[in-house]
Amino acid sequence: MEFDFAEEQPKFLMLMYGLIAFVAVVGGLLLLLDVVPAWFARRREAQLVAASTGGGPLPRRRKPREGLFALFFLLPTLLLLSIGLVVPALRTVLLSFMDAGSKDWVGLSNYSWMFSEDSIVRVLLNTLIWVLLVPLVATSFGLLYAVMVDKARFESIAKSLIFLPMAISFVGASIIWKFVYAYRSEDQDQIGLLNQVVVSLGGEPRQWLLDSPLNTFLLIVIMVWIQAGFAMVVLSAAIKAIPADIVEAARLDGVSPWQMFWQITMPSIRPALIVVVVTLSIATLKVFDIVRTATNGNYDTSVIANEMYNQAFRYGENGQGSALAVFLFILVIPIVIYQIRNLRQQREG
Amino acid sequence: MTTATPTVGAGAQAAGKPTTTAGRVRNRLNSRTATLVSIVIALLWTIPTFGLFISSFRPEAEIKSTGWWTFFTDPQFTLENYQDVLFGSSSSSGQLASYFINSLAITIPSVLFPLAFASLAAYALAWINFRGRDWLYIAIFAMQIVPLQMALVPLLKFFSTGVTVAGVQLMPAWNLVDEQKFAQVWFAHTCFALPFAVFLLHNFVSQLPRDLMEAARVDGATHPKIFRTIVLPLITPALAAFGIFQFLWVWNDLLVALIFAGGGNETAPLTVRLAEMAGTRGNEWQRLTAGAFVSIVVPLVVFLSLQRFFVRGLLAGSVKG
Amino acid sequence: MAFARSRQALAIAGVLGLALGAAACGTGNDKKSSDAGSAECAAYEKYGDLDGKKVTAYSSIRDIEADRLAQSWKQFEDCTGIEIDHEGSGEFEAQLPVRVQGGNAPDIAFIPQPGLIKRFVDGGNLKPVSAATKTEAEANYSPDWLKYTTINGQFYGAPLGSNVKSFVWYSPKTFKEKGWTPPTTWDELIKLSDTIAASGTKPWCAGIESGDATGWPATDWIEDVLLRTAGPEAYDKWTTHGIPFNDPQVVDALNRAGTILKNDKYVNGGFGGVKSIATTSFQEAGVPITTGKCALHRQASFYANQWPEGTKVAEDGDVFAFYFPSIDPAKGKPVLGGGEFVAAFTDRPEVQAVQTYLASGEYANSRAKIGDWVSANKKLDLANVPNPVDKLSVGILQDPKTVFRFDGSDLMPAAVGNGTFWKGMVDWINGKDTNTVLNGIESTWK
Repeated sequence: MEFDFAEEQPKFLMLMYGLIAFVAVVGGLLLLLDVVPAWFARRREAQLVAASTGGGPLPRRRKPREGLFALFFLLPTLLLLSIGLVVPALRTVLLSFMDAGSKDWVGLSNYSWMFSEDSIVRVLLNTLIWVLLVPLVATSFGLLYAVMVDKARFESIAKSLIFLPMAISFVGASIIWKFVYAYRSEDQDQIGLLNQVVVSLGGEPRQWLLDSPLNTFLLIVIMVWIQAGFAMVVLSAAIKAIPADIVEAARLDGVSPWQMFWQITMPSIRPALIVVVVTLSIATLKVFDIVRTATNGNYDTSVIANEMYNQAFRYGENGQGSALAVFLFILVIPIVIYQIRNLRQQREG
Repeated sequence: MTTATPTVGAGAQAAGKPTTTAGRVRNRLNSRTATLVSIVIALLWTIPTFGLFISSFRPEAEIKSTGWWTFFTDPQFTLENYQDVLFGSSSSSGQLASYFINSLAITIPSVLFPLAFASLAAYALAWINFRGRDWLYIAIFAMQIVPLQMALVPLLKFFSTGVTVAGVQLMPAWNLVDEQKFAQVWFAHTCFALPFAVFLLHNFVSQLPRDLMEAARVDGATHPKIFRTIVLPLITPALAAFGIFQFLWVWNDLLVALIFAGGGNETAPLTVRLAEMAGTRGNEWQRLTAGAFVSIVVPLVVFLSLQRFFVRGLLAGSVKG
Repeated sequence: MAFARSRQALAIAGVLGLALGAAACGTGNDKKSSDAGSAECAAYEKYGDLDGKKVTAYSSIRDIEADRLAQSWKQFEDCTGIEIDHEGSGEFEAQLPVRVQGGNAPDIAFIPQPGLIKRFVDGGNLKPVSAATKTEAEANYSPDWLKYTTINGQFYGAPLGSNVKSFVWYSPKTFKEKGWTPPTTWDELIKLSDTIAASGTKPWCAGIESGDATGWPATDWIEDVLLRTAGPEAYDKWTTHGIPFNDPQVVDALNRAGTILKNDKYVNGGFGGVKSIATTSFQEAGVPITTGKCALHRQASFYANQWPEGTKVAEDGDVFAFYFPSIDPAKGKPVLGGGEFVAAFTDRPEVQAVQTYLASGEYANSRAKIGDWVSANKKLDLANVPNPVDKLSVGILQDPKTVFRFDGSDLMPAAVGNGTFWKGMVDWINGKDTNTVLNGIESTWK
């Protein structure tokens, strides 16, 4: 079977169409925004001339035009968001008040189900553990590493290695961690690294993913392993961006590394830190693939997104699945409020 | 960022000056320890992946019965896993190269569109004055939490039946076949990426110095002009950063591709093929060891080639000009 | 069987590829004109002219198995001019509902869960089959098989492939060496287990880990035992919730299964203690038989594909299977099994023609010849079934004395059958007691 390049041609053609569409849409939008205001400007000039010669009142402007600009800048985003996310979100909220087949209204019963079922309460609890631990651990690790590796030798290699897990698909990651947590009985060769370490230290091999709550923490390790690279890369870039003269001045003054970290580094990278923590928190709330591939939520490890997927798609319980999704929306409210506060501060500052 | 300078002054004054020879030596030692520790951690971090890498060269029976580290005492080497993955174990699913091309055709526009749309939106939200912009920004930000699983069905309906409101067909169905389905995938990925993209880029765009913007306005530059000539060049590192994350996300995505592209070799990306590779009952999972490495090559190249943008500074490459 | 043996598989794949490639080059888009009218095509004339028509099919069948599927209807495609575009995915069970709800359903789907079929029927998504398909199905399959897709008096799809789950795998070679014989009653089975245990080997090995379907092999165990202790009628009531999930008969069955599965003297050969069953993947669970670390493994006929490369699967080979013995002779010779059904979401004539064809004897024989396939189709000629385990399975399925029952977890609503039942079995293996587990599952069946 020879590879037939001609067969692949329609794909490249399609890719080209896509790129042409991209240029047309984005270029067209920018052009439009350039041309139209210019036309308005000319008209206004004419009006000004007319007003000054005629002695009439000056036409008022600025506000409406700014709004119009904003509208065009935001148009593609708003359009796509309403189709792709706003409508689905509203639909999810509606479905959460309906039965499994989305036929009849059932009021709040999906929500009361959520809090009365022990296994689901456990799911909510697990999600809480995840969202408290992952951002904290991944961010602090990423930050420490970024500080430590800054200007060290082999910096870019070391950073690439930490970032590597982010480039691996979940299919790959699930196999990788299988080789870490796998269990074989004592009389056999271990194929899991963790058990091999335990055995060579004279211990007995354990079934890591069976025991709650240890297993949840072991799954969190996987998430941290993947996400720490994100935190590290963003924070490291922020550290690099601290103006050299500030750092130099501090160094000349003989500031200790500890003071340097708390008094210079931390305040300087605060915006980046917020981005990282917020992003990781949201990613953690939505975590799905790790749990699904490692345990599928067995042994008390399930989290909201995994349970939601199972309920809505595998079990055909649309109402219960949607209620879980709505609960996710509610969990994000604290982060949103925090974000509003930040924005206020920024505007004032 | 703006608060940095005053704090520094205070801290520096209080610290005093232990710049003795001993102090310098200690500093050097510190940095050497730091280098050593950071390398050790990097290696630890890589061990699981390294294990997979070694496993990908081991025969199936070995993978399934002994640990990958036995490779060093009892090396058994085979390329069969790679052969299975690269040249196919199944004839009807075609060549891996096909899926590679699909992955590229899906990923490139799926990165470009959100990048462009989000930077436009981020600029508007940060620098154009209009009523309710903060609330709009918060709303877009909050949209990040909508689980994409819940968006699959409505979006699929949008493609396959169009939009009908009260019996009036506002938009027809897309009715795409074969490679045209890429358009659906681009659309879906763009939708799902926008909230995070707007959030990330807004953070950088809003950090640009106010003086710069105001000077440009005074010179009579319009918003589109400021956006093109001042903002875009300054946020290139941020664009590169988001570009990488979006690239990785799309390249490694399975769920969106399964729904919107289907599983044939006309449209399905690499991940879909790899997931199928394990066989109907998943017993050939050793192939995934090699598959994971085949699929990692492209994202790694992208990361390494764009890495210099990170090193130059993601946040305020701008401030330094 | 060559599934696990990559080299052989590659060879088959190569030959297949050549054949497909040659056909594609030689005839191009015009494939019907050159083939139609030839002798082989006579059998397909009844399906009429389907030239240029296209039917999409969706299933969980992938990789080599998908190649074989494509190969099996190749002649039908060539002769009628139809094109069957099959797509297989490991995410089938979760993706199909998404596609259906999203208005993007395939023409036909091979659905292994009658429970899922019922859900689609209730949702008004599936189309009943044509009269021709129904006639064909009634001629070729026993009523036992047809009742699963007969809902509200309408028939929604004939079976395609099947499997027999009531098998215990063993090593004829080891048995011969040690002087053991395959048991034919439950008591003999337990006696044999004790003998083996006394010889220092743990007799049974088991594993129920299966990714996001973890737990299913244990549900098969329980169903097989229940079918033997309570009988087919009680079993039917149980799967349709005519009796509660935690009925005393089920408690008994689970406890009886526990005398093997939760007995530290019996399990888990080659893997560890009882709890290791939960984390052992079902694909590798039986493999210790080949190394003598365990002797018995209860698993379906398709387990033939899981043995390591070079294992001879035959009555006189390295591994083979015997019928999971009956417990109460008065309850007959029940057989637990599974299979997939060809359900259609559209009723275009060409879709119905494909359904009819897939229910026919020609198809069953065509597919069986390629290998690794079992069907309950009565027209399937045993001579066309190449490997011994498949032959044994087909023999059992075609035996008029066999009382066949479908895998119960696939009949129940998915929230139970593919949800709490699976999870409950995992908890049960992991140490929870029988009553707690069964009461928990019952409480989720609304």
